[in-house]
Amino acid sequence: MTTLTLIPALLLIPLVFAILSLLVTRPWRNAFALLGIALQAVAALSLSWVIFTEGASSTALGNWAVPLGILLVADGLTVTLLTLTAFIAVICALYAFFYLRAYPREERYFWPLFWFLLAALNGIWLADDLFNLYVGLELLGLAAVGMVALQATQQSLAAALRYLLAALFGSLMYLLGVALLYGSYGTLAMGQLSDLMVGDLTTQIALLLMTLGLLIKTACFPFHYWLPPAHGGALAPVSALLSALVVKSSFYILARIWLDLGTLAVPIGLPEVLGLLGTCAILYGAWRAYTASEIKMLVAWSTVAQLGYLLLLFPLALNTTEAAAHLAWQGTLMHLLAHGFAKGAMFLAVGTLVLAARSTQLSDLAGISRKLPMALFAYGLAAVSLMGLPPSGGFSAKWLLIQSALHSGQWVWIIVISVGSLLSAAYLFRVFSVSFVEGKQRELQPTHPMLDVTALTLALIAIALGFFGMIPLSLMELGTPLPESPLPTGGQP
Amino acid sequence: MTTELFTTELFATELFTTELWFALIGALIIGISTIGFFGATHILKRIMAFNLMGSGVFLIMVGLAQHDRGVDPVPQALVLTGIVVAVSATALALIIFRRYIASGGQSKLPEHRS
Repeated sequence: MTTLTLIPALLLIPLVFAILSLLVTRPWRNAFALLGIALQAVAALSLSWVIFTEGASSTALGNWAVPLGILLVADGLTVTLLTLTAFIAVICALYAFFYLRAYPREERYFWPLFWFLLAALNGIWLADDLFNLYVGLELLGLAAVGMVALQATQQSLAAALRYLLAALFGSLMYLLGVALLYGSYGTLAMGQLSDLMVGDLTTQIALLLMTLGLLIKTACFPFHYWLPPAHGGALAPVSALLSALVVKSSFYILARIWLDLGTLAVPIGLPEVLGLLGTCAILYGAWRAYTASEIKMLVAWSTVAQLGYLLLLFPLALNTTEAAAHLAWQGTLMHLLAHGFAKGAMFLAVGTLVLAARSTQLSDLAGISRKLPMALFAYGLAAVSLMGLPPSGGFSAKWLLIQSALHSGQWVWIIVISVGSLLSAAYLFRVFSVSFVEGKQRELQPTHPMLDVTALTLALIAIALGFFGMIPLSLMELGTPLPESPLPTGGQP
Repeated sequence: MTTELFTTELFATELFTTELWFALIGALIIGISTIGFFGATHILKRIMAFNLMGSGVFLIMVGLAQHDRGVDPVPQALVLTGIVVAVSATALALIIFRRYIASGGQSKLPEHRS
């Protein structure tokens, strides 16, 4: 019963606050945002609790039956991702309250874009048909591009344009795939499509087009070119939101397309090709992170590398045993969560360092450990999870992925995962090797302690996932969505 | 009504049905605009190529879904939404492009300048 109000609330709260926050003036802006973020977090957590106790649920917006209306589905996986989004959004908002004091002009437009971003993310997690996923992706892309362009410097505008053009091309490829699927099957509902779908040529072409579009949007190698300037050049809370959540949403759709819908239509060699792209991303991203001279670019290239692990899901879960696929899915979800928290923490911590040093150059951070120990500690904890050292969410994720590879006897991916961890240790330690060097020190600006507290909170959650990782994993098991609806369904505007 | 039915039947017997024509022309437009999108370096040209590509996708979307059961409202609604999204995306692209030029940028992204 409560889900009937909670599910639409997760879309309505961000949308209402997006529009109203354009009207709210300076002194009230933060209080207003705080109210919204509290409402949104309460809605997400209560929905998770309801789903956890009562099982998966769905709601048709406005009580319109499915061919006309829009069906939103909340299952275990959905609420796990909604909770991740809520946590990261709360922390990023708290960080932004203090961080954006230095950016009064950007602050005005940050909040509406922040809310549109949240609405789009919640919409994507809750959507159950391919067209609503498209609408969510587009809203997400436009909001994210707006956030990248916030500073309106020549560099950030170029990054935003590059990002926008890549995202638009990706969306059209996805939409073309949707058009072909609708032409063949006459429905866009995930549940129905997964029953109907066969492995004919049209389906394969449609799925490959969608895969291409989503790979571009997820910034998977070799389509990663737009990500480092966009994520590395944006304001710290923006980078955190983009790296922790935005790129994951298109991966989530990609995973659902192949694992839910297209299991019968997998072209020969596709899982291996995707795995190979992931491997290239892990190696190339690590190399570029290792050679980056700016600290934010280091973290942004690390995102490229870490996204590579997500692609290992396909060779590990498609055409393998059920146990291996299960482990791979768990490992990927754990990686998604751990990377979300850790990378969010890392961008926030690095943002504080940059704010204090007034420089993005890695070499200018010499001796900063003495002045900003907490920010550096948050960076360190996040790094532990990203490297996959125990105990952390990153370790659990890699452990599950390796278990899965062992189950299906695919040794090569074990090597990839282990080498990737070593490489990430190499580039993440660069920050420490610089920051503990005593020598010529820059004049540091004072930063608000809340900036450290928020970054540290996210980092601690990433570590805690190593201890309490079974909670999201068992929540995910509630994944079986509702009984199939007998109604014919279609995409909705 | 009867003539419509008749023509649909007639078309269906031929090798090239209406929906196939729609799909082929849509694919052609997408092909041309993809070349334009990646071949051009001027940002305005790339934005226009994106719009053209969108038209091709919409053509396939309405055209392909015209099964013998008559006009299907769902793809029309989808295309309407798609057009709205494409217009807003174009507006955003144009405004960012204008600001980019105003901030001293050129008509091409840095990586496309020789």
